[in-house]
Amino acid sequence: MTLEARFRMTRGEFRLDARLEAPARGVTAVFGASGAGKTLLLRAIAGLEEAPGGYFRIGDEVWQSDDVFVPTHRRPLGYVFQEASLFEHLSVRGNLDFAERRRRRASKRVERAQAVKLLGLDNLLDRAPENLSGGERQRVAIARAILASPRLLLMDEPLSALDLTGRAEILPFLEDLHHELEIPIVYVSHAADEVARLADHLVLLESGRVTASGPVAEILTRVDLSPARTDEAAAVVEAVVAGDDREHELSYLDFPGGRFTVARAARPIGSSVRLRVLARDVSLTLERQEGTSILNIFEARVEELADLDRSQVAVKLDLAGVRLLSRVTRKSAEALELAPGKRVFVQIKAVALLR
Amino acid sequence: MAAEDLTALRLTLELAAVSTLILLVLGTPLAWWLAHSRFRLKAAVEALVALPLVLPPTVLGFYLLVALGTQGPVGRLIDALGGRALAFTFAGLVVGSVLYSLPFVVQPLENAFASIGHRPLEVAATLGASPWDRFWSVAVPLARRGFVTAAVLGFAHTLGEFGVVLMIGGSIPGETRVLSIAIYEHVEALEYGRAHLLAGGLLVLSFALLLVVYSVNRKYVVGKS
Repeated sequence: MTLEARFRMTRGEFRLDARLEAPARGVTAVFGASGAGKTLLLRAIAGLEEAPGGYFRIGDEVWQSDDVFVPTHRRPLGYVFQEASLFEHLSVRGNLDFAERRRRRASKRVERAQAVKLLGLDNLLDRAPENLSGGERQRVAIARAILASPRLLLMDEPLSALDLTGRAEILPFLEDLHHELEIPIVYVSHAADEVARLADHLVLLESGRVTASGPVAEILTRVDLSPARTDEAAAVVEAVVAGDDREHELSYLDFPGGRFTVARAARPIGSSVRLRVLARDVSLTLERQEGTSILNIFEARVEELADLDRSQVAVKLDLAGVRLLSRVTRKSAEALELAPGKRVFVQIKAVALLR
Repeated sequence: MAAEDLTALRLTLELAAVSTLILLVLGTPLAWWLAHSRFRLKAAVEALVALPLVLPPTVLGFYLLVALGTQGPVGRLIDALGGRALAFTFAGLVVGSVLYSLPFVVQPLENAFASIGHRPLEVAATLGASPWDRFWSVAVPLARRGFVTAAVLGFAHTLGEFGVVLMIGGSIPGETRVLSIAIYEHVEALEYGRAHLLAGGLLVLSFALLLVVYSVNRKYVVGKS
């Protein structure tokens, strides 16, 4: 099942001309800089913006086409706005009641108890919105959105109005949401780390146009696209917890290209995890280094090279089907005679366990 | 208090209550429209609504008299429909009061609706609330201070009406002789004591009503910060 959107609209000087098709499951992140048109696209999907000639469907349910326009209140969706827009005249409980009373009958039900537990709202129910912190408000807004039992959850940078503590507070809830509910999510963000952590599918939006769409691991490592060309360039790798080294407080994580050794992850053996490897933490050698403090060394094949500027080169690497990025100087690339197909060893200085 | 003054008091309160009720019913959709419309001639409508703020009440009363009298366009229409002419009747006073107090009801409501903004209504729509539902469950409760202000100002302003009444109502006891007219007549007859009683009462009542408005708005300001 997929969702499909086509919108062309003009707002002042800005033109949005976006077409995308994405799986209607998991998290589809729409990633782009501020002003790329992400919010406008999301609002058009929700029917909050007039977009004559637009088209949207999820599965076989058409919300907008040339002869159909389902008004927002009849679309089975949940929408989390950038700033948690709670109803100030209602308590937290009242806000949740509002959504529950209007829940869509035909759709999959999210139970009140489940929503409250998932977002940790037990102790907040009788509070007034004005007495909540930013993170708490956003949690209530998310619970309220899922209580409407949506077929599609739209989230517009739900973390951007929060400080670091607030973000750290919400992210685990978002991951649980993703795993425990089978509601597809379209998640708009300009933060690369959020996207790497949450997204299954990635849509790149640049100046109102979709420049790429595909699985997150694939899109992030395409050296012709902007994410791989920034300082934050990184690959995501799916791995499985294989075991622990209790003496050294380490965990072993298996992926098709080998076994990562990382600081001990409090995860049961056999559980799957996602890792983020920054391109600037990956260096290349022709021989396997001995006598190094680096634990994670794997054999790889150079797949593609792309000049970033006059001094830097992005290298895309293939480790038994898993893609990593490395950033090296042009001087090193020449010295190692890097070229597509060349066998190298990758040394990974740091790995972030995302989930 | 003399019986005729009591009648004038009762009539005045009745007039203010009926007018305020009608104003809320008519003013709410008008204020909603003004707060949300992007209609090009909106400014003209707003100016029209605000006219009674600056116009001498006698001007308003004069045109109402011309329109509502047996020879006026509205008067003839009512006559053709088998009704009674509105000039010099309580109904005529209600029509006059509604026009005269319109800005005092529409403006606070328009401001209240505008200050809610679009966001809470959009949120309600994404949660499945229809436009009618959104209006009652979100807009009205969020604009409640605007409603209190509008109702009190509309009521208080109608209490003090004089010029319009003088023109289209005259001074028919039990029908059109309201407090302000009674006070005027007492003063003309040099009955200062009776004038004092009514005038002082009106002063205290108006002050009390305005006190309600300003304490409600004070809370509003504090609640916002």
